[in-house]
Order: sequence, then structure tokens, then C-alpha cells
Amino acid sequence: MAITQLSAYLENRPGTLYEALTSLTDAGVNIRALSVAETKDFGILRLIVSDVAKTKEALSDDIIVKETPVIAVKMNDQTGALKEVLKILGDAAVNIEYVYAFTGSAKGGAYVVLRVDDLEGAEDILARHGIKTLNDEDMGGFLS
Amino acid sequence: MGNYYQKEIETASREEIVKIQNEKIVKQVKHVYENVPYYRNLMDQKGVTPDDIKSIDDIKKLPFLTKDDLREAYPYGLMGTDIKNCVRIQSTSGTTGKRVVAFYTQKDIDMWEECCARAIVAAGGTQEDVVQVCYGYGLFTGGPGLNGGSHKVGCLTLPMSSGNTDRQIQFMMDLSATILCCTPSYAAYIGESLAEKGYKPEDNKLKAGIFGAEPWTEEMRQNIEKSLGIKAYDIYGLTETSGPGVAFECEEQTGMHINEDHFYAEIIDPKTGEVLPEGEKGELVFTSLDKEGFPLLRYRTKDICILSRKKCSCGRTHVKMSKPLGRSDDMMIIRGVNVFPSQIETVLLNEGYTPNYQIEVDRVNNTDTFDIYVEFSAEMFSDKVSDIQIREQNLKAAMRSMLGIGPKIHLVAPKTIARSEGKAVRVIDKRKLH
Repeated sequence: MAITQLSAYLENRPGTLYEALTSLTDAGVNIRALSVAETKDFGILRLIVSDVAKTKEALSDDIIVKETPVIAVKMNDQTGALKEVLKILGDAAVNIEYVYAFTGSAKGGAYVVLRVDDLEGAEDILARHGIKTLNDEDMGGFLS
Repeated sequence: MGNYYQKEIETASREEIVKIQNEKIVKQVKHVYENVPYYRNLMDQKGVTPDDIKSIDDIKKLPFLTKDDLREAYPYGLMGTDIKNCVRIQSTSGTTGKRVVAFYTQKDIDMWEECCARAIVAAGGTQEDVVQVCYGYGLFTGGPGLNGGSHKVGCLTLPMSSGNTDRQIQFMMDLSATILCCTPSYAAYIGESLAEKGYKPEDNKLKAGIFGAEPWTEEMRQNIEKSLGIKAYDIYGLTETSGPGVAFECEEQTGMHINEDHFYAEIIDPKTGEVLPEGEKGELVFTSLDKEGFPLLRYRTKDICILSRKKCSCGRTHVKMSKPLGRSDDMMIIRGVNVFPSQIETVLLNEGYTPNYQIEVDRVNNTDTFDIYVEFSAEMFSDKVSDIQIREQNLKAAMRSMLGIGPKIHLVAPKTIARSEGKAVRVIDKRKLH
């Protein structure tokens, strides 16, 4: 099951990330995971949020926002857990375009967000190995 | 065959046109020599007297005027009549140096407006039409010229002037404007704004647009025609000769007919000043054959173009000028390569970008830097850095192929490049080359 990642255009000047996150705060959106990639002219803010619709509403007035399906994998928070996931995907010839990780809650559990070239293939192979992936509903409530 | 505002003169034979030009030039040169000391000095320096000008062919004996002369003679030095006979001034947009002011008698205004009326009729205008003029009014010639032409044709005229796009759109839709007059970049912007408001091209009543005052490409024409659902006509003019309407396009859209009964055109080699034969590319030079207030002879426009006397399917017999292919003073030489902004615009439109761009040229460590800032659309944005890089590389390759030089491409978010509602600032040249 894929989750929705939002990516937003960040102008290349001090304060733009702060401004974007202020909008989200004002809208009452909780950020589950975040990464920023930089091109030479601007930043790409990638977000996993508690409420996709609310986030888009809060942001898209002044910046471009795009939705991308990505995979969020739940792992045990222990040494080697990610390596195991990557081996499965590599063996299935799924190419990872980018990845970023986050830990879930005090109770443990670690999560990694994967942008892959073959979404269905990746979901399929992970499911067959009994690895849990999250959906958008999970993002709304799993930390609360 | 199309419609004409003044059929007899617009379709006159070559012989008739030359006859008119012969008569007018002899009279005009004599008048200027007697009434414009500044030009008389130039003629004296060149050893030319009014007696040397017996026909239009003798025009090549006359000295040129340039924008520098206009600045030097500012404000009254090139007037051809007493100030009490003049009823109007217009002025250039004055982007560099001193403004140029041009004086008009009532006869000059009537002639100018008739030229604009010819352009409106050539674009299909009749007294049934509603003409929305969103060129600037005031000192700029665009608004007053088309406004006057529209009156002459008998169209309902909406004197909108430039800016306030929401209001432009409201009037356009509520009052069923059928002909739009503005700069091509503003037409493109109105097209974008209409789409943003959810209008489809067929939702407006426009049938034609008359666009000028800045260079634009065929690709931009197609873009505007598609977004507004119209036929887009080019119009040419300059304050120094009168304003828009010196030349205008007919339905053939293969160049602009110069109103030769009022303006005589030559193409010269900008370096030597030598007159070039028909069909050769060079700098356009205009002589006002019958203006009273501001009768410029052999004024160098700095516009590079080509003249053609090929028979036109519209039936008009007046010589056609190509779209200006650039300006002799607008051309940039970057790392030894000649670059025209219109070439960059062509590449952008070919590659699916909007014509909103800015060129920045600088010289760092004795090497020219060449940066192009380009707006990309929401659809082009990607969460992947590699997608953005590929996009930039492709655009750079396309630029290199067109220009012979590879600029640094900067993709920026929509609407971040300043968009003027008059003339767009396309080039920022930070080099001190002069």
C-alpha cells in the first residue's frame, strides 16, 4: 500500500522552509517525515503528513505542490532492518530513486520512505516477504 | 481579396505610388531644408541641396538621422512647423537616456489614425466591431494611435489602456470585445489569465488581435492565436515616424505592408550606410513623406528586417517588411556569438515553456556569463532532482543548437519573473562594453 508524499517548490532564499512549515502549523497539520533536496536554483521539500488535503490547501496558494505515491515501510528499530528491506527490493530489480528514514514513536518501530521506479512491483515483493507498508490512513493516526 | 480602408491608395499600381512619392519627397525636402536648421546643417555638411532631390531615388543622397540626433535636438530642434500649428506631442517610452518627443499637427494626427484604420480593417474590422485597446494611453503612441484608428473605422472603442488584467477581462467578456490591441506579451498574459479563470478560447468573442510595440516570434503568434482563439496581426510603428500603423499585416500574415504613400522605407547596411537591394537583410530607415510637425528624413530605426515587393494575395500593393528580426542595438554579442532575444524565445516556445524569461549577461574574469531564467509550469515540477536536471540539460542543448552557445539555465517557479504590462524587460546586460 502506497502513501502520498507531497513535494513542494521552495524558493532559494533564507526562510522559505520556515514559511512553508508555518502554513502547515497554522493549518494544524502534523509532519510525519520530511526531506529537502536541493537543485541549483531551488529546493524540493518532500513531506509525509497527517492530512494530505489540508496540507495542499495550506500550501498551494503560493507554491507548486505535487503528489507522488511512495512506499513507507515499517521495520523493527534494530540493526540491519533496513538492509533486509533493501536486499529484497534489489533482488527484485526495483530501483530506488531516493530514500529517507524516520523513527516512529517512543514505543519503537522505524520507518523508511522509498521512492522507487516500480511501485507495484516493490509493494508486491515486500508484501510477499511479510513486510508491512503503511497507507495514508496510517499517517493520520499512527503516532497519536 | 480583403477589405480596405482606403482601397484606391492601398491597391494603387507601382507607378502611381512612385509618382506620389516623387512629388512628396521633393516638396518635403525643400520644406525641411527651409524650416529645420538642424537638418539643413546636416545637408550642408554633406553638400546636398534641395535641388539635388528630383525624385524618390535621390533620397539616398540625404544624410541619416539617428536617435542621437533626436536627443541632441531635444526638444524642438527637429520640428518642421511653428509650435502654434501643433496639437499634440507623443513620446517614446524612454528606457535609455533622454526621451524623444514628437510633434503632431492635426493633419499629422489624421494621417496617423488613417494608417491605424487601415490596419484595423485589414484585421477584419468594420463598424460592427468592438475594439479593446489595452496599449498604454498618454505619451506612449500605442493607445492613442489604435484608439484614433478605431474611431475612424467606426468601431465601438474600449479605451482600456494597459494593466488591471481583471478589469480587462471583465470588459472583454461583458462588452463582447471582438478585436484586441496590445503588446504581444500582454496578449499572451491575458490568454494565460483567461485560462486560469477557467475560460476556454471559444468563450470570448474576440476574432482578431493587433499586436505590436515589441518583437515577437511566429511561435508566440501561434501561442496567442491558440490561447485566445483569434487571428493575430502584427503592427509596426515608432514614435519618431508617428506611432503604430506605419506598417501592418494583412490576412496573408507574411509581413507588414508599409503605408508607402506616407512613409518611404529603405534597408541599409548598418555599418556602411549603403542602401541594400530588395530582399536583403539590414537596418530599416524611414522617411516621413508628408508629416508636418516632426518630418524626419532617413531616420535609422535600428530594426533589422527585410523588404519584399512580392505580390500579396490581399491585393495591397504596398511594400512589405518582415517582422523585425532583431535590433541592431539589441543584439548581444556573448563570447563572440551574436544572440538575439527572439531566438531564445523561439527555443523556449518550441520546448514547451512560456515566453516568460530573462537573460542575464555579465563578464566575470574576462569571460562572459550567460544565464537564462525561465519559468516552468506546475506540470514540469518534479519531486526528483534528476528530472529537473534533465529538463535543464535538454533546454541548454536546444539553446546551444539555436545560438551556438550554451547558456546556464535556471528554472524558476511560475510568475516569479517580473512581468510588465507594457514592454517586457528581457535582457539584463551587466557588462560595461561601451
